[in-house]
Amino acid sequence: MNSGSCSSLMEVGYDHHHHGHEELHVLAVDDNLIDRKLVEKLLKISSCKVTTAENAIRALEYLGLGDHNQHMALTNNNLKVNLIITDYCMPGMTGFELLKKVKESSNLKEVPVVIMSSEYIPTRISKCLASGAQMFMQKPLKLSDVEKLKCHLMNSRS
Amino acid sequence: MNTVVAQLQRQFQDYLVSLYQQGFLDNQFTELRKLQDEGTPDFVAEVVSLFFDDCSKLINSMSRSLERPENVDFKQVDSGVHQLKGSSSSVGARRVKNVCISFKECCDVQNREGCLRCLQQVDYEYKMLKTKLQDLFNLEQQIVQAGGAIPQVNIN
Repeated sequence: MNSGSCSSLMEVGYDHHHHGHEELHVLAVDDNLIDRKLVEKLLKISSCKVTTAENAIRALEYLGLGDHNQHMALTNNNLKVNLIITDYCMPGMTGFELLKKVKESSNLKEVPVVIMSSEYIPTRISKCLASGAQMFMQKPLKLSDVEKLKCHLMNSRS
Repeated sequence: MNTVVAQLQRQFQDYLVSLYQQGFLDNQFTELRKLQDEGTPDFVAEVVSLFFDDCSKLINSMSRSLERPENVDFKQVDSGVHQLKGSSSSVGARRVKNVCISFKECCDVQNREGCLRCLQQVDYEYKMLKTKLQDLFNLEQQIVQAGGAIPQVNIN
């Protein structure tokens, strides 16, 4: 929960009224190292701050939703995540399961979650969108995809 | 005009175009090159290097899984092919990716012989691409050392 004591213009958080001049902090989740490098570069070029995770469990831990810190509130503003972009197919917990956990969380349900996949399976896409995914992106990702993503996010905030 | 630089740039351009024409690379490699800037001049080389390391590791582990005919771990092989297909697709390694498509099909029907053939092919293709790209990066280096800029190459 945002304590509200430091409300400088540079604060990036769950404030729905802030406009897109502050850096977006994106959590990118993918088990494939090359894809992680690629998505990280794409996001950095688009002026985002990026944190990467190699699986959904690590991502949940980072978000404060891991098994051991369910009672921990994320008070460090630098860790606040504005967007989660995750691969669908991952060993262990899938991106879809990660999406559901985020949407079930009272702290994080407002954070947009984007699902990526190398496979184009319409039922998979609609399942993700129906469970609250902001957007689906087809891999491999290109620069224009990230630009589309940012536009989509900006529009959905206003 | 520095003709050495111009010659090297021409050589680079022709070589890169030939790699696309021969099907080694696809549009995703172009996308990868777009991400390289003055701040990160080695981005493409670093990513492809990681890719080739990945290829080597995955091929080794899939080879082990396919070794004994009476005990093939097709699940592991499938997982390896999935990783390889993803990575090759992300860097624009077209031939490697195409072998992975056939490889997955062999895996799906648990065709060990087919898998072994695909494994051999994927090994050949990634090594071939590695050599080609090394030559390309060498040309790039020569251009930079001669004081020139790397050409933007448009592939249609």
